[in-house]
Amino acid sequence: MKGRIVIDQMLCKGCELCIAFCPKQLITLSDELNAAGYLPSSFNDRGDCNGCASCAVVCPEVAIEVYRE
Amino acid sequence: MNKMLFTGNAAIGEAAVRAGCQCYFGYPITPQNELTEYMANNLSRRPGCTFIQAESEIAAINMVYGASVAGVRAMTSSSGPGISLKQEGISFLAACQLPAVIVNMSRGGPGLGSIAAAQSDYHQATHGGGHGDYRTIVLGPSSVQELADLTYRAFEMSDKYLIPVMILGDGMLGQMMEPVEFKYEAPEVLPVRADALRGAKGRPSRFVRTFTSNPSELEELNWSLFRRYQLLQKEEVSFENYLTQDARLIVTAFGIGARIAKGAIKQARGYGMKVGLFRPITLFPFPREQLKELAKTTSYFLDFEMNMGQMIDDVKLSLEGAGEVSFYGRPGGVIPTSTELLRVISRIYSQKGLG
Amino acid sequence: MKKIFSRPKSLKKAVFHYCPGCGHSIIHRIACEAIDELGIQEKAIGVPPPGCSVFAYYYFDVDMVESAHGRGAAVATGIKRAYPGAIVFTYQGDGDLSAIGTTETLHAANRGENITAIFINNAVYGMTGGQMAPTTMLGMKTTTSPYGRDDRFEGYPIKMSEILGQVRGTCYIERVAVNSPSNIRKARKAIKKAFQCQIDGLGYSLVEILSPCPTNWKKSPVEAWKWVGEVMAKEFPLGIIKDTTGKSDAD
Repeated sequence: MKGRIVIDQMLCKGCELCIAFCPKQLITLSDELNAAGYLPSSFNDRGDCNGCASCAVVCPEVAIEVYRE
Repeated sequence: MNKMLFTGNAAIGEAAVRAGCQCYFGYPITPQNELTEYMANNLSRRPGCTFIQAESEIAAINMVYGASVAGVRAMTSSSGPGISLKQEGISFLAACQLPAVIVNMSRGGPGLGSIAAAQSDYHQATHGGGHGDYRTIVLGPSSVQELADLTYRAFEMSDKYLIPVMILGDGMLGQMMEPVEFKYEAPEVLPVRADALRGAKGRPSRFVRTFTSNPSELEELNWSLFRRYQLLQKEEVSFENYLTQDARLIVTAFGIGARIAKGAIKQARGYGMKVGLFRPITLFPFPREQLKELAKTTSYFLDFEMNMGQMIDDVKLSLEGAGEVSFYGRPGGVIPTSTELLRVISRIYSQKGLG
Repeated sequence: MKKIFSRPKSLKKAVFHYCPGCGHSIIHRIACEAIDELGIQEKAIGVPPPGCSVFAYYYFDVDMVESAHGRGAAVATGIKRAYPGAIVFTYQGDGDLSAIGTTETLHAANRGENITAIFINNAVYGMTGGQMAPTTMLGMKTTTSPYGRDDRFEGYPIKMSEILGQVRGTCYIERVAVNSPSNIRKARKAIKKAFQCQIDGLGYSLVEILSPCPTNWKKSPVEAWKWVGEVMAKEFPLGIIKDTTGKSDAD
């Protein structure tokens, strides 16, 4: 199963929950502040995201969209 | 329409049912239990209607708030201590501009007080007993007929102005039995209010609230509420002038006090004293201008209340110094007699050289 | 690729004012997902509390009415009795529902009012700065239990779900948590089932949700979410407390 996520970095509050819960460690913290003053999450598309949507489910800000084949 | 013999408490209930009250939420407290029981008997099994004996007076007023938000005529009733409990809820009703009818059959206070009739909740009723700048319309019936008539009026005014209305009765009015005619009978189920919350079908969702993190918003709400109160002052003031035209001494009294006063005044007239009665019926909006008018023909007023002197403040404010106001009162649930008031009247009458 | 996760329809497109990692954000979303799945957006009327979620109406795209502190169950009762066609829910914190609102909650449940309570348990009073709540655990330091909650002076954490489970008018009570993907999914199912109870007219339903409060617990979001499972859930066990619906699952 192939998957992909899109993180809306403007909504992200840098809580790092998606980072903690991604089973494949595909998300890291960006080192550039967003407009709200948070360090947002960033998706590293290595090609092995399977669209499990754990990140989106735990994201409090509904900042993540998930796509799956 | 036939005249029927009704006790005061039951008359309120019957008028409420006929006026289309759909929800009643109450709690037992003397001296208004007959009203709660009347609603249990007559509303609880009526189709589309609800009677709940709530777990407290606080719960009851909040149920009224909920029912009102959902667009139906809702009512609660209590006495002194229970009305104190309801104050937060009344403030919320006023703030959210929701109609509701609250009946207070006053008893002696403060504290647990007594179960006898008193008029010591006047300030609480008319000067916004809860927090914040607001008022409720307050009606002061003086007979069982008026209890019925003003119940209809309470629902009508509340719906029209989106202001909660308090009927300020007392234990004696509630228990006495007099002939009553009921004005009308509303259709089975009244139409739901236009501003009701009934689910966002075919329109954007709405919310009813007053809490805001923006004080300017709240300021504007306050101004708009008070503009409405000014409108009430212009359009809805009610009062009775009894033998005031040639009176040299005018008694001011409301509710049951006014009944006793009329008895004293009739006797006084029998002795040749020119005494009259000015009886406010709307305690808010208070008939200020109409009372001040009377100062053109007399300078002497006697405020008579079953409390330590509460309406007297509004009497003095209305007169704006244009007359001398004496006071006679009995607090705590003691029922003064017309004879003792007559003694006070004649003492003042002779002391001021009015004869 | 197909989009398989997006914002539910009944959740307004507004930026949450809640803290990073706050349970409210998750719970608002899953409640809206449940509302969407059941198709009740146009019938729903919600009663949010004073508290951090006082502005719930900025997020839930349903009719809502503010309530005084603790009175949600009474307000909801009034609405539902006046208009039984609505799906009425309260959204209440632990102080709101089990301190000042205990009486109203107990009696609405006792009367079997057909309303649904979404009960957010974060073991503190959040909005007002982290005071002790009825559900604060022994030893837990809060601004009004600065030496740690001590049963000699401050009593014990209250298990509202278990208490309500004893009340006949309730039909479904479950305790869930929103501290992991699988728990969040279970929480959504529980909320959906609670709404279904109301649709079926079965009485009072309540979902207690253990919810992280990173700010007042003075933890990072990830630490706070862990703490819900490692500490809170030991005191407040997850699972079904009462279920007389005769159905295994809302799904």
